[in-house]
Amino acid sequence: MTQTNVADGVALARLPLAQTAPLQYVLRLADNALILGQRNAEWCGHGPVLEEDIALANISLDLIGQARLLYSHAGALEGRLTGRVRHEDDYAYWRSEPEFRNWTLQELPHHGPLAGTARADRDYAVTLMRNFLYSALMAELWPALALSTDAELAAIAAKSAKEVRYHLHHAADWVVRLGDGTDASHARMQRALDHLLPYMNECFADDAVEQQVAAQGVGVLTSGLREAWEATVAATLDDATLQRPAPSAFVSTGKHGVHSEHMSYLLAELQGLARAHPGAQW
Amino acid sequence: MRTHPAPMTLAPASPFAPTFAPTFAPTAARSGDSTPAESPVSPTDRLARAWAALEAVPDPEIPVVSIRDLGILRDVVLADDGQTIEAIITPTYSGCPAMSQIEEDAGRALEAAGLAPWRVRTVLAPAWTTDWITEAGRASLHAFGIAPPGQCASPATHGGNVQPLHFVPRQPQSPAIACPRCGSVHTQELSRFASTACKALYRCLDCREPFDYFKPY
Repeated sequence: MTQTNVADGVALARLPLAQTAPLQYVLRLADNALILGQRNAEWCGHGPVLEEDIALANISLDLIGQARLLYSHAGALEGRLTGRVRHEDDYAYWRSEPEFRNWTLQELPHHGPLAGTARADRDYAVTLMRNFLYSALMAELWPALALSTDAELAAIAAKSAKEVRYHLHHAADWVVRLGDGTDASHARMQRALDHLLPYMNECFADDAVEQQVAAQGVGVLTSGLREAWEATVAATLDDATLQRPAPSAFVSTGKHGVHSEHMSYLLAELQGLARAHPGAQW
Repeated sequence: MRTHPAPMTLAPASPFAPTFAPTFAPTAARSGDSTPAESPVSPTDRLARAWAALEAVPDPEIPVVSIRDLGILRDVVLADDGQTIEAIITPTYSGCPAMSQIEEDAGRALEAAGLAPWRVRTVLAPAWTTDWITEAGRASLHAFGIAPPGQCASPATHGGNVQPLHFVPRQPQSPAIACPRCGSVHTQELSRFASTACKALYRCLDCREPFDYFKPY
């Protein structure tokens, strides 16, 4: 176990963006996968039906598996910059909230903006809608990243592309079934869509890191994938008889390390054991 | 790349774990710290013996098929030093929890066969596909009650494989999956995710039995 090394952080911050952008980009992808994997795993043992309980746990397994591969790769990239290779666990367990760079969408609880935080308040409609919106984008992004000039990232992306197809199919299936279902299920899916869709703006708001990695051929600008994503979303929402809310100017800031109020609670659960028992093995 | 054996304290004993243990101990000679004198057998012989040892390693989750039959074991080569046997394996799903067990089992098989020095190396590319499951593996899966996977529609496995997606068919349009028990194609998907990430849950509408379907990947 090597914990966050302040000197390394300072050294990294002094390097030009051209050198650090690939590391920052891979960490964003890894954080997206880990945080959503952690969120969805909350349903393990509490799913609405057994099949969905198992489905969500399996999807989390894929996401956390992707995160592990990406963190290991990030550790190697960071080692090339600082001379100190970091372990996947260093990133997952020993970084603080502002160091996580996932989209805010991933960390939101399984309920609407005004609900409480108790387990009983969880709304499966929110879970499914988020998985749908995210998977529909990753179903475009992973195949594009499979052509990355970073061979390791390309290899991870090629595997993830296969996995996200099943995630998307699962989520889209339920969005349609519940959206085009009873009045109650339709209303819940619609509320989930209204709540979550504005958070997708962050995914398409290209910043300097993304422009840098795109210029290097390491990464891809998600803004260029928006049209394909919109087509998927439009077709599914149409099938689900759901109405798209009016466009919102809101842009969340998770990928810049400024998170929602929910993130620290998620991290407390994710990191608590590793921090209480450093180096614990089982 | 990892060098094995892995710490033995980590893995709880699997009921399906192969029993190579008697000749194996954490302190035994291993890659890196062993002192391979000139091998009495030729490299070709050692490679053949390594293949034979590794082909017998079962998958920890589905023990009726070997890691070779599943396409997890990609190659067995002699490393650049001309001494070290290198077993190359690839994960199925990114999060497959059996992967560390498979690494360990492969290492034990090599150790038990007296093939030190050895190491087990994990590669990600090209990405594993169910198309690599051998005919023998498919037959074993079927006999075990798991419907083997259909061909992957994906044309390439070397990355950049873009497969057209067909979203949310109102009626399931996936090809009929034959029940591994009675052979009927009158079957229905119950859940896209089943006992492991790589399988889906089906039921047969004729013999009424549920069964696992190994999903194309």
